[in-house]
Amino acid sequence: MITISNLTKKFGEHISLDSVSCEFNKNDSIALMGANGAGKTTLIRAILGYYHPDSGRVLVDGFCPIKERVKVLQNVSFVPQLPPPIKLNIQELMQYVCMSTDIDKELIEHYSNEMKLDIKGNLYKSFFKLSGGMKQKLLISISLAKKSSIIIYDEPTANLDPKARDDFYRLLQENEDEKILLFVTHRVEEVQGLVNRQIYMDMGKVVADERL
Amino acid sequence: MKNLYLIAYLDLKESIRAKWFLVYSLVFGGLIALFFIAGVTESQVMGFSGLSRLLLMYIQITIVILPIFILITTVRSISGDRDNHILEYMLSFPISLRQYYWGKIIGRFITVYLPVLFAMIIAIIFGFIKGAAIPWSIFFLYTGLLFSLSSAFLGIAFFISSFVKSSEVALGISFFVWIFLLAFIDIALISLMMQQRINEELIIFIAMINPMELFRVAAISLFDPELTVMGPVAFYILDLMSQSVFVLVSIGYPLLLGLAFAYGGFKIFEKKDLV
Repeated sequence: MITISNLTKKFGEHISLDSVSCEFNKNDSIALMGANGAGKTTLIRAILGYYHPDSGRVLVDGFCPIKERVKVLQNVSFVPQLPPPIKLNIQELMQYVCMSTDIDKELIEHYSNEMKLDIKGNLYKSFFKLSGGMKQKLLISISLAKKSSIIIYDEPTANLDPKARDDFYRLLQENEDEKILLFVTHRVEEVQGLVNRQIYMDMGKVVADERL
Repeated sequence: MKNLYLIAYLDLKESIRAKWFLVYSLVFGGLIALFFIAGVTESQVMGFSGLSRLLLMYIQITIVILPIFILITTVRSISGDRDNHILEYMLSFPISLRQYYWGKIIGRFITVYLPVLFAMIIAIIFGFIKGAAIPWSIFFLYTGLLFSLSSAFLGIAFFISSFVKSSEVALGISFFVWIFLLAFIDIALISLMMQQRINEELIIFIAMINPMELFRVAAISLFDPELTVMGPVAFYILDLMSQSVFVLVSIGYPLLLGLAFAYGGFKIFEKKDLV
């Protein structure tokens, strides 16, 4: 469970999150929407423990993600909007992921195959030299292999072709574990079949929170 | 602990593949090769000859280029990762900030220290093949001095990297630190202080808290235990401590300085927003 209470985050004079309060429970699949600069990414970064709030707090399964980041992140999968230019090769990246999180390497390979990503043929290629779609597929495969109870996707399908998007949504639907699924998206029609809750943000505030 | 080693190991692997590491290794290896080709070991200046002379020249050049190499290649370590969102992804895994930060430092330290050490080892091996006497005491002193100088600048670089927002600013600050320690303290500040008739002991104290200056004096102290080439300054230094204590201070102080800066950087890294 994620509890956000009166969370405020400012960057200089700009208020990015303005006293946001909300709760995400098991089996919530949320589409987090809003215009650019509405505070969506700031909110998920606060959940991941990247930001020190100006006031208010975030608790993930009762733990503060800043003070207890290892405990919290053990159960969180995250895919960013744009894959970062990581210079490690795929094998090294998988080593990093598997050793830090105790993920089964075979499981990453399994999800990569499902995403039509040839992981074995590119094992020694630098991650940043892969195409945008390949990078995103690998990050998605890692996120699924982690078997987390909280999965956060920040516009995960931006680099994917329609076929890969279908594969991604199919894999998500197949995953029937109890979890919180949080999508940051501008295209709600794409995730309509997956989400059961829509949250709209504007100017750093939650302006609408609807159950579907 | 496994995560600390994992971060160090992966950073080391990543650095070794980078182009800067190739240039860095070629510069130090090339220096030694150049000295041999130029016949430095056969020349004699101020009583220094053979491998001692070569190592002295190597250390004189190293003192100028090693700090800036370490600063510019390391200062972007965290700020660069923050800049291009690598940190955002890599830290979404359950790795503590302590393991990530110190793992990066260990990996980067091995990367910057090994080429300078190997260059000296190559010099010793070539010298041995050519039949020159091996100045072991100088070799071990320089190994220690380079270790502590590398620590000092690595610590400073990580400190800068922990608080700057962009890698351009980090680079700018690095250049300033380098120029300040290399030239400003030595030429501008000290000249100005002498002109203003400020107490000599204070001037020497300021010079000696500069790790580059301390390194420079310690480097010649084995050839010239009385530090006669330094003139009256030697009087103040050797009056304060014996030559062996001075050597220990010149290794210990930059090491502690580097650790202090690295620790300060870690505290900032921990307290600041990560992305």
